[in-house]
Formats: sequence, structure tokens, C-alpha cells
Amino acid sequence: MLKIKDLHASVDDKEILRGINLEIKAGEVHAIMGPNGSGKSTLASVIAGNDNFEVTQGSVELEGEDLEDVSPEERAHKGVFLSFQYPIEIPGVSVTNFMKTAINESRKAKGLEDMPAKDMLKLIREKSELLEIDRKFLSRSLNEGFSGGEKKRNEIFQMAMLEPKVAILDETDSGLDIDALRIVASGVNKLKSKDNAVILITHYQRLLEYIVPDFVHVLHNGKIVKSGGKELALELEEKGYDWLKQETAV
Amino acid sequence: MAYTEEELKKELETKEYEYGFYTDIESDTFPIGLNEEIVIAISKKKEEPEWMTLWRLEAFRIWKSMEEPTWANVHYDKPDFQNISYYSAPKSADPNKTLDDVDPDLLEMYRKLGISVDEQKKLQNVAVDIVVDSVSVATTFKKTLAEKGIIFMPISEAIKEHPELVKKYMGTVVPQKDNFYAALNSAVFTDGSFCYIPKGVRCPMELSTYFRINQAGTGQFERTLLIADEDSYVSYLEGCTAPSRDENQLHAAVVELIALDGAEIKYSTVQNWFPGNKEGKGGVFNFVTKRAICEKNAKVSWTQVETGSAVTWKYPSCILKGDNSIGEFYSIAVTNNYQQADTGTKMVHLGKNTKSTIISKGISAGKSQNSYRGLVQVNSRADGARNFSQCDSLLMGNECGAHTFPYIEAKNKTAMIEHEATTSKIGEDQIFYCNQRGIPTEKAIALIVNGFSKEVLNKLPMEFAVEAQKLLEISLEGSVG
Ligand SMILES: Nc1ncnc2c1ncn2[C@@H]1O[C@H](COP(=O)(O)OP(=O)(O)OP(=O)(O)O)[C@@H](O)[C@H]1O
Ligand SMILES: [Mg+2]
Repeated sequence: MLKIKDLHASVDDKEILRGINLEIKAGEVHAIMGPNGSGKSTLASVIAGNDNFEVTQGSVELEGEDLEDVSPEERAHKGVFLSFQYPIEIPGVSVTNFMKTAINESRKAKGLEDMPAKDMLKLIREKSELLEIDRKFLSRSLNEGFSGGEKKRNEIFQMAMLEPKVAILDETDSGLDIDALRIVASGVNKLKSKDNAVILITHYQRLLEYIVPDFVHVLHNGKIVKSGGKELALELEEKGYDWLKQETAV
Repeated sequence: MAYTEEELKKELETKEYEYGFYTDIESDTFPIGLNEEIVIAISKKKEEPEWMTLWRLEAFRIWKSMEEPTWANVHYDKPDFQNISYYSAPKSADPNKTLDDVDPDLLEMYRKLGISVDEQKKLQNVAVDIVVDSVSVATTFKKTLAEKGIIFMPISEAIKEHPELVKKYMGTVVPQKDNFYAALNSAVFTDGSFCYIPKGVRCPMELSTYFRINQAGTGQFERTLLIADEDSYVSYLEGCTAPSRDENQLHAAVVELIALDGAEIKYSTVQNWFPGNKEGKGGVFNFVTKRAICEKNAKVSWTQVETGSAVTWKYPSCILKGDNSIGEFYSIAVTNNYQQADTGTKMVHLGKNTKSTIISKGISAGKSQNSYRGLVQVNSRADGARNFSQCDSLLMGNECGAHTFPYIEAKNKTAMIEHEATTSKIGEDQIFYCNQRGIPTEKAIALIVNGFSKEVLNKLPMEFAVEAQKLLEISLEGSVG
């Protein structure tokens, strides 16, 4: 589904991603871990097409199509979704209005009419129930004054609304309280199917107890320095990253 | 990757001013130039009574002794007032005709303007008066309104049919000598709307006027006089467009609102005069004087969405004369390319416990300059006066400017005046966030701008709010690289 080959990316001539290789198949869950500043969010941004980062080498393919010349919105239309580590505020635009616009723009790109208001309402009701979101919340300005946890839950609500093929969740777990984490994780699990894939960027093992990954990768200095099964996350929790850093320095 | 600068620029070039067509209607246009003979000729053409002619002549004499103001934060080549024709009328316009007799070319023009007079007549509860160049060509719903005793007609007709009302109120809020453009307007105004709501009457529908400059080389000088008698209510809408032309066209209007004891007037404007092309050539000079007087317990709300014109100079104001009267000003001003806007309001608190609210949203893009200029004045006798002002500016790109000039003059110690101001930029991160959800950049900007302007958009009547949102979107197309 998503194939990343020898990906190099830099910002202001500073190389951040230094040759990433990763293949994610439909139905899989991959976790990406790694120390602060190792390039996890950068990788997510590059997959989503943020042109602040310059891809200097390598490629990202979605279902066999090279995404090089594909704009961020087109990537979204093709099914790429990014749950932001730091969701952005858009004052005066309600969550509902934002989602309505997003869905209808995707439909427009596919030559479809706007979604009828009735269906939109039904969808909103269904997905807000899934994530146990109070509907009053949806009339508030997007992310403005939201608590850290509310922002993250709202990101997953958007994911639920858009039903992406590849969802990248960048530290969605940080900021969520214990109950919220359970709700959000169970939401993600319900949205998971054999036709889509999830990339979880996280620092903590706890999330991976709820959403169990098929693979765990460790990113360090812009490279994947180790990959393994779900037990790798446990090992990291116990040992930290130093042993890996030393291993790769050799 | 996303949009390149080049692609955006190209896109902008193809998005031209939507209302920039010119309708070839036979018209009756005066030679250019301005002198006493022209003023008299206008008055004659309008078959005005002598008092009106004399009033114009007095205004003309005052105007001759005045200088064009230079204090506004706008720069432009001064219009040559001797190089403008002061009267132009579509030949087939006859104010006594009903709508069914209106020239089909004119109707076609309305259709392009998105004003289906017929449709509006039937579907929406909006009475429309349309002013093309210098004359009013169609007023709908006259009969329905007449049953309530409401008078809604071109001002040229009102001068003849209701001279007592016109004589009593015209110039009482904006006197001839008020300012340079108001004096000019008083001398040469050609049409506009007149409206009177009798005591205790709630006007059952929105009243609306569409202004259009069609003919080349003409100025438009319309004058609106609206009187809401005691305890009455009216909501009034005004829309403006003009064809795209290389030369600058002059528009100098005067609007006077009179809200008698306990009356309420909502006055909404969507101004979309031609803004000039992307190099800053052409466009309308919009020099407008709008003012309201509020008697006891009266309330006036000005709501404006200003997206057009090359240069805007406009300060809809309220004189809060009566105790407990309320003045409100809600404004969205958008400037793009080389547009310049200097707009705001004056709230003059004379009565006790008077209240005013000012919400101004300025959006600047391209190389434009957008200034808010506001005065809150509290007279020594205005005990308990209160004002709240909020001025927010949104910038796009690095070449535009936003400026705020709030003036406060409080001569009464009990006055409570609050002023808040913010300036923000549309962030790349906001655009990317929208893009990531599948929303293209242009749409993202529209969404962000609409969100920014929401408090003001919400004040507009429904039908107008939708139109205004679309207009914001069009005005800002191609504004971010
Ligand atoms: N726009 C930018 N300009 C300059 N440096 C950047 C930019 N974006 C990221 N970086 C740098 O790139 C490196 C990787 O950042 P990134 O956000 O991808 O790390 P991360 O792995 O997500 O870290 P964390 O776990 O703290 O979220 C950091 O050193 C960061 O400072
Ligand atoms: Mg990160």
C-alpha cells in the first residue's frame, strides 16, 4: 500500500531524513518510535506532502503511484491522513464546517456532488458517538481553546469521518488521559480493516497495548536503525535508546 | 508539490472581476464638466422644485470653496472633476413604468448581476430598487409596502411626491458643507433611494437597492435618505457593482439615516465596485459619507462588507443624540492587489447611557493597504456612555499593510471605553492542515477568512451573508503564493 524507498529530505539544506526504507501493506499496523528530534514527524509530513521539506532523494509510493508531483490535498483525496502532533487552530471555523468542507472537497475531486446534508448529519452522529464526543463540541472553533487531549481526540474524529487508506497518527496518545486513550484506541481499532493501514508514531508502550502493531521501527538520526515485532517496543521501554544509538554508531 | 507561485499567479489572471461587463444601453449623457449650468440642468432634468435647485446651488458654491481632504491613508491621482459627466441615464428608463415594461437589455444586465428582479419579487421577501448610472430604473413591491404606509421610492420621485419629508430631513445628518465629497454630492446627486417607515410599523421585508455604474466617464452620486419614525423597524440592504474599465470612476454617495425615538434601522452594504486590475489600473474611487442620527432609545446598526473599489474612503457613523440610544458598526474590509481602503466609523455619544459597539475585520492581501480609522467621542453630558471596539487585521503575504487609527475623546468621567486590537497572518501551517484534510489552498483561504470574519458575517441577513461569503472568496482568489 505505502512504499518508501531510500527517502532523503531536508529543510533549509539541513538533512533530516537520511535514507528511509519502509513498506506497509494493507491491513498492517506499524509503530514508529525513536528519540526526540529523530525525524518521526518529518517523515509523517513528507508522506503527507508538506513542501516545507525538500525531498532530495528517494520516493514515496501509494498503491504503486509515485507521489512526487501529487499535492497534499490530492494525497488526502487518495486516502492519506495525518493526525498532527500539534493540531492547528483555525479561529471561527467550526469542526463541523471544517469536516463538511473537507468531505465535499474530496468528493468534488472525485467528480461527486456534495454530500447531502442528511447523510452528513448521520455520519457526524455515528462518528462522534464512536469517539464519545459531545456534539456541542463540534460547533466550536477548530482546535481553538481545545485542551491537549481534546485536540487529539478531535484528530481521530476527523480520521473517522474521512476514512483514509493510510492513517499516520503522530503522538496521538500524548495528552490523552487514561480513559480517553482507551476510547481513541478502540475507535482506531474499529476503523481498522484489511484494506487500510495505520502508522503509529509514539514514545510509549501503553498505546501499543491497545492498538497492537505488526511491526515496530526505531528511527534515529533520520534512519530506521532497528525493526522488529511488538516485543521490540517492550524492550525499548525497558532499556531506552542508548544501546541502539551505540549499536548504530559502530 | 502544492501550488507553485507561478500557477497561482496564472490562476489569478484568469479570475477577472465577475461583474466587469458593460451593457450597451442607449443612454442620455451630459457633456463633461461641472459649473452652475450643469447643476441647474441636472435639477431641470429631474423636474425638481425650485427649493431643491437652490439647495444644490448652495452646495455647489460651498464645494467650490473646499479642498479635497488628504488626511486619509490613501494615495491616488486626484480625479479631475471637470473631466466627468455628471448625468447619465439609460434612455429607456422611465420611473413610472412597471417592471414588466423595463427594457430587456436592462433586465439582461440585472440577470448578469445576479439580481433576478422577477425572481426576487416572487421568492424572496425583498423589495428592490435599482439605480443604474444616474437614475433609478425599477422599484419592486411598491404596492405591498404602500399598504403599510411605507414609502420606498427613488429619491428623485420623493422630492416631487413627498417634498415635506425630504425638505425636513435632507441635509440634517450630513449637511452640504460636511466635507468635500458630501458637498459635491449635494450639488450633483442624481438618484438614490428614499424610504420612510411610519410610526410603529415594522417593515415586513428587507428593502434593497442595487447601484451600478454602467456608462464610461460618468460619476455616480447617489443619495439615500431613510427615515424610521418612532418605534418603527427596517432592515435595508445595499449592493454595488461597476464594469471593469481602465480609467478610474468616481463614486461619491451620501447616506443619511434618521432613527426617531425607539426606532431601529439595520443598514447592510455589500460593496463590490470594480477594484481595478491586478496592476492597479482602473477601479472605482469610493468616497462615501454615511451617517445616522439616533434619537431617544433608537438603534442603528451599520454592517458592511467592502471588497471592491480601488480607493475606499468611508466611515458610516452614528450620532447618539438621544438618551439610551445604541450605535453599532460591523465591518469586513478586504483589499487585494493595489486596493486601498481607509474605513471605519465615528460614534458620537451625546445622550446619557448611550452605547456603541465597533467590530472591524480588515483583510489585506497582495500589495494593498487597509486602514481602520475610528473615533469614539463622549460628550461631557453623556453620563454612563459605553463603547466596545475590536479591530482585527488579517494579513496575507509580506507586501500588504494593515493599520489601525483609533481615536478616543472622552469628556465625561463616567465613560467606559474598551478597545481591543489584534493582527494575525494566515499561517502556512493552517493552509497545510487544511490541505492535509483535502481542502485546496484557495478554498482553505476562503475558509480561514470566513472564520475570521464570522462575527460580522453573522450580522448580515441570510441571503446577503451567502453572497458576501462568495464575494470574499472571489476577492481573495490567488492572493497567497
Ligand atoms: N521546519 C524546520 N526547520 C528546521 N528544523 C526542523 C524543521 N522541522 C524539523 N526540524 C528539525 O528536524 C529534526 C527532526 O524533527 P522532528 O519533528 O521530525 O522530530 P521527531 O522525531 O518528531 O521528535 P519528537 O519526538 O520530539 O516529536 C529536529 O532536529 C528538528 O529540530
Ligand atoms: Mg514529532
